[in-house]
Amino acid sequence: MITLAQMTGSTPKRVLPGFGLSLGISLTFVSLVLLLPMTSLVGQLSGLSLAEYWAIITEGRVVASYVVTVGAAAVAALVNAAFGLLMAWVLVRYEFPGKRLLDALMDLPFALPTAVAGITLATLYSSNGWMGQLLAPTGLQVAYTWVGIALAMAFTSIPFVVRTVQPILEDMPVQVDEAALTLGASDGTAFRRVILPHLWPALVTGTGLAFVRSLGEFGAIIFIAGNTPYETEITSLMIFVKLQEYDYVGASAIASVVLATSLVLLLAINLWQGRFIKRLHGGKG
Amino acid sequence: MSIRLKNIAKTYGKAGRGVSRALEPLDLDIHEGELIGLLGPSGSGKTTLLRIIAGLEAADTMSDRPSSIHFGDRDVTHLHVRDRRIGFVFQHYALFMHMSVFDNVAFGLTALPRKQRPSSGEIRARVQRLLEMVQLESLANRYPAQLSGGQQQRVSLARALALRPDVLLLDEPFGALDAKVRQELRRWLRHLHDELNFTSVFVTHDQEEALELSDRVVVMSNGRIEQIDSPEVLYRSPANRFVFEFLGDVNRLEGHVHDGTLTCGDARLDVDLDEGSHELLLRPHEIKLDEHPTELAHLPVTITAIAPVGAEVRVELEADWLAEPWLATIRHADFERLRIKRGQRLYAIPRQWHQFPAANQRSIASETMS
Repeated sequence: MITLAQMTGSTPKRVLPGFGLSLGISLTFVSLVLLLPMTSLVGQLSGLSLAEYWAIITEGRVVASYVVTVGAAAVAALVNAAFGLLMAWVLVRYEFPGKRLLDALMDLPFALPTAVAGITLATLYSSNGWMGQLLAPTGLQVAYTWVGIALAMAFTSIPFVVRTVQPILEDMPVQVDEAALTLGASDGTAFRRVILPHLWPALVTGTGLAFVRSLGEFGAIIFIAGNTPYETEITSLMIFVKLQEYDYVGASAIASVVLATSLVLLLAINLWQGRFIKRLHGGKG
Repeated sequence: MSIRLKNIAKTYGKAGRGVSRALEPLDLDIHEGELIGLLGPSGSGKTTLLRIIAGLEAADTMSDRPSSIHFGDRDVTHLHVRDRRIGFVFQHYALFMHMSVFDNVAFGLTALPRKQRPSSGEIRARVQRLLEMVQLESLANRYPAQLSGGQQQRVSLARALALRPDVLLLDEPFGALDAKVRQELRRWLRHLHDELNFTSVFVTHDQEEALELSDRVVVMSNGRIEQIDSPEVLYRSPANRFVFEFLGDVNRLEGHVHDGTLTCGDARLDVDLDEGSHELLLRPHEIKLDEHPTELAHLPVTITAIAPVGAEVRVELEADWLAEPWLATIRHADFERLRIKRGQRLYAIPRQWHQFPAANQRSIASETMS
C-alpha cells in the first residue's frame, strides 16, 4: 500500500506553522540555561579518576549527609503528601470565606526567599522561640535536629503537592463521588477506591517533585539544621563547605550525585505517570 | 416499590440574602413498577426533585408541614443516600475512569460490607449477567475512555442495577447522546423496564422522550407540578396553557369576536365564543390547507418555506393578519394534490383549536392562593 506521503515524495506537511523555529529556540534556551551549566559540572569531574571520585563521594561525613538529607526529605515528602492532599481537597471541594486568600497563601513558600523562611523557622523553633517554648515540656526539640530539617523541607516544598493535585481534583466531577455513594459505598470506601486512585498519579508526581526539591534545598535548612557533622549536615551544605575550601572538583563530585539522583527520580515519575494517563484516556494519551 | 413524596420543597441560599425557591411544596405519588418522566424546561426544579428522591439533596425542613419520602412502607426521609437502595444514572455517566468496565459494574457489590458481600465467583457471574443484559459482555476489560457515549451510559445503567435497587433514578440519561443512539437507548430502556419491573423516574427536557417513554409524565415549571397524566391524556387535554405550549409547536390567532365571528385583518373564523378579544391556539397538524376558503373559515396565507420531514411536510405560512408565521404539517398526498410551491397563496382551515385563560391570569390566581 502506498501512503499519501510516499506518493507526494515528501514528509506530510504540518498545518500548524512555526515548528522549526519554535523548537529551535526552545532547544537553544534549554541548552543555555540547563544543559550548559550541567555539562560544565560534569566537565569539572574529568580531572578525577574513578577511584578518586568514589573516594570523595563515599567519604564518611558526606555519606552521613546523604542519610540525613534523604531521610528528612522522605519524611517531609510524606507529610506533604498527606497535608497537601487535604489542602487541595479543602480548596477545591468546599466554599468558605477567605478561600481565595488561603489559595494565594499556598504559593508563599515559592515566592518567599528560602533564607527568610529558614531564619523565621529557626527563630520560631529555637529553645526561646514561640513554638520552641511550647514544645520544650514535651521534650521534642525541633531546631538543630533532623526534625527541623524535615520541617524546613516540608515548608519549602508543600506547594508542589497542592498545585499538582488541585487541578486534577477540579476536573473530577462531583458526580463521581455521588455515584459511589448511591452504590452504597461508605465515605472511606468512596475515598479509597474512587477518589484516591484518580488523584494517585498527580499525588505521586507532586510528592516526587517535593522530594526532589527537598534533596537540593539549602537556604531554608542551614539556619535551623544546626549543622553538626555526621548528625545534621545536609548534602547541599557539604557542597558549600567544599566550595569554601576552594575544592571545586570535590564540590562538583558531590553535586553530580545529587544531580543524578534527581534526574533518575524525575525520569521515573514521568515514565510511570505516562503509563497511568494512557489508561485514563483510552490508550490515546 | 412505590414512591410517596409529601410536602417536598427546596430553597437555595440563606434567608435574607437572595433566596431562590427551586421547588414549591409538592406531593407526588408514584406507583409500583411505573416509569415516570419528569418533564420541564431548565430551572423548573425537575433535577432537584430527582436528587431529593435519591437523597443527594435534602428537602427543606418546614416546622408546620413536615416533609416525608416513603419507598413502599419504608420511610426514607432521613436515610442517607447510601442506605436508600436506589440506582442512579447520571447525565454524564460519572463512570470510574480508572476502573475497567467489569470493575465499574462490580463496584456496588464489592463495596458491600464483608458479611453481605457475595463470593468473588458470584460477583463475577452477576456482573457477567448484567453485562450481557446491556450487551457489553465483550468489552468487560476495556476502560470507560475507550467506549462511545452510548456504551458508557449502558455501563452506568448496569452499574446502577447491580445491587437490584428498589428504585431507579435517571437524570437526563440520554441528554449527552446523539439523536440516533438516544432513540435506540430509549427503546431499550423501555424493554428493560418492562422486563425487570422496577419503579423508575427519569428527568428530561425533551417532550418527545417523555411522551414516548413514560407511563405517566409529570410536567413541571418554576418549581411547581403543572400536570400529571399519561402521555395520551397529556397531549389531548393539557391542563393549562404552559403544558399545551411545552408539549409541541403552537400557532397563535388573536382577534376580536363579534356575532360568533372572529376577525383579524382580512381573516375571518366562525367561533362559538363570547364577544371581545380572544386568542386561539392551534397545533400544526390541526391546520388544513386548501385552494378555497370555507363558509366557516376565511384565512388567506402565503407559503414561505417547505420542508419534507419524514411522514409529513412542514410548511411555513405568513399573512398580513399574522404577528408571527404559522407552522402547518400536512400529508404528502395533500402536498402533491395542491402542488404547493413557495410564494403560493392558499387558505388555512383549522380542524380544531384550543383556548386557555391567559398565562398572567393564572399566575395571579396562584399568587393569591399561596
